[in-house]
Amino acid sequence: MATLTYRDALNQALREEMQRDPNVFLMGEEVGVYQGAYKVSRGLLEEFGPKRVVDTPIAELGFAGIGVGAAMGGLRPVIEFMTWNFAVLALDQIVNSAAKMLYMSGGQIPMPIVFRGPNGAALQLGSQHSQAWESWVSHIPGLKVVAPATPADAKGLLKSAIRDNNPVIVLEGEMLYNLKGEVPDGEHIVPIGRADIKRPGNDVTLVCHSKTLTVALKAADQLAEQNVCSICARSAPSTRRRFSNRSRRPTARWSWKKDGPMPGSALRSSISFSATRSTTSMLPCSA
Amino acid sequence: MTATARSAKATAPSTAPQPELHLKMLRQMLLIRRFEEKAAEAYALGKIGGFCHLYIGQEAVAVGALAALRDDDYVICSYREHGQALIKGISPNAVMAELFGKATGCSKGKGGSMHLFDASRGFMGGHGIVGGHIPLGAGLAFASKYQGNDKVCVCFFGEAAVNIGAFHETLNMASVWKLPVIFLCENNRYGMGTAFERVAAVTDIVEHACSYDMAAELVDGMNVLTMYEATRRAVERARKQSHPTLLEVRTYRYMGHSMSDPLHGVYRTKDEVEEQKARDPIAQLAGKLKEDGVIDQAALDALDSGVHAEVEEAVKFADESPDPEPGELFTNVLVD
Repeated sequence: MATLTYRDALNQALREEMQRDPNVFLMGEEVGVYQGAYKVSRGLLEEFGPKRVVDTPIAELGFAGIGVGAAMGGLRPVIEFMTWNFAVLALDQIVNSAAKMLYMSGGQIPMPIVFRGPNGAALQLGSQHSQAWESWVSHIPGLKVVAPATPADAKGLLKSAIRDNNPVIVLEGEMLYNLKGEVPDGEHIVPIGRADIKRPGNDVTLVCHSKTLTVALKAADQLAEQNVCSICARSAPSTRRRFSNRSRRPTARWSWKKDGPMPGSALRSSISFSATRSTTSMLPCSA
Repeated sequence: MTATARSAKATAPSTAPQPELHLKMLRQMLLIRRFEEKAAEAYALGKIGGFCHLYIGQEAVAVGALAALRDDDYVICSYREHGQALIKGISPNAVMAELFGKATGCSKGKGGSMHLFDASRGFMGGHGIVGGHIPLGAGLAFASKYQGNDKVCVCFFGEAAVNIGAFHETLNMASVWKLPVIFLCENNRYGMGTAFERVAAVTDIVEHACSYDMAAELVDGMNVLTMYEATRRAVERARKQSHPTLLEVRTYRYMGHSMSDPLHGVYRTKDEVEEQKARDPIAQLAGKLKEDGVIDQAALDALDSGVHAEVEEAVKFADESPDPEPGELFTNVLVD
């Protein structure tokens, strides 16, 4: 097991999946010659050539839609947005085309496409480059959403996303690209839809995803003697199902940590509802 | 007529046995017209839920264009797509049942009038957001080129979609990447009730191709034979050279924008509609075939009766088909 940055873990996932399946290709702004705005695609143009690592003009709506069409034609596109802030321009394609295609075709046309890119507030940016989109995209039927918190999850969830036959939104933590951690070599798959209990405890549960996991674990360290439990939600919408498994229910006192505006987080409300429903009494939170 | 930086080159006329082809086209146009007339009746009776946009007047566009395609080529459309769906080979039964929201419809009753699909025939949908499917058409062509097959994609959209950003973004990328796609703009002059010249700085849509160094052609969409030949040239360019084409097709819808729009409304005159009907595509072809001695009035009447019967059968089939099970609301949201 190697120690990798979150960035290189994503790179490894892309490389391995492109080696594994010739129908997987990467498309987006600066993914090729420039090696990726955040260097996630470093070396891929050299290895796979311009047919499979496609530099686009700055036209998010257009190339996201071309990706959707390519998926309709049997390919498995990975569409990179330089940041999710720019992906707002492509939401018509993500919501009206990708998310609804399977349903409105009566199940005829699956949509194996990944939309990925950095998400959340980062350093030295402004209002239009600092948004966290998970609450928006998690409420669209037909999409799966993942927000990995560690390099190992980044690799395992991106590989799952690329192999999934549904459109998957991969929200990469913009502040996490340099985060280092152990990453299993080769076939490391993290299933979509399963929360990860990072630290068992009995009294308080902290639910979090993406970069808030680091904050939550630090808080848990400080409160270790008070028996705090930390759950990394990792993905939506199916985290709720994991709460219904009694052994993974949160404790009766719990808190949701997320990046983004408050009050008014619909994702927080959704998780609160799920957690409240599954917390019928004071329960221990065991892994 | 051509008007672009990369002008369209004429090719030799089709060598297909013309009378047979022409008769087939006549029957196909009649099928669309009679189908749409029945759809209008069924809508008025409350049998069709959701929107319904009729194609009457524009039949020559779908019929001429699709005659130039192979069965395995892709077609993708806007929401005014009953005609293209029928001609791509989806049965009138399955299309009418879809309009009726029945389980036997071509999208299992989950698409409705605007979302007809048959992936097995390369019919990749009706799509409901103006211009939103234009990049999808280019994406299908991207997939063909990537996979190394020679399938082409014809993407139908209305003139109002030309004002959408997706049109311009897609034409640029299709030209840069040399995708085998035909952008077929059906210019029926009105985006709902707004005349194109009131909202477009450039009213000759064909000129937009200049911005993207793309072949283009202006086509009379009321003449099915002209439509067929122009599409053949574009298809050949796509299939053999992998170059996209923009076709601006001048056509006209006789009916309102949708079933909620009166026949001519306040945005156009009854006289204008009647004037356009004088160029009727079905009457034009029927007249030519009579002149050529291919068909007489009795044979034409028999053809029309056969089409009528087929459409009546489609309505009966749709009426008698079951509704989807309520549980279908929750399937096909995600692949299991």
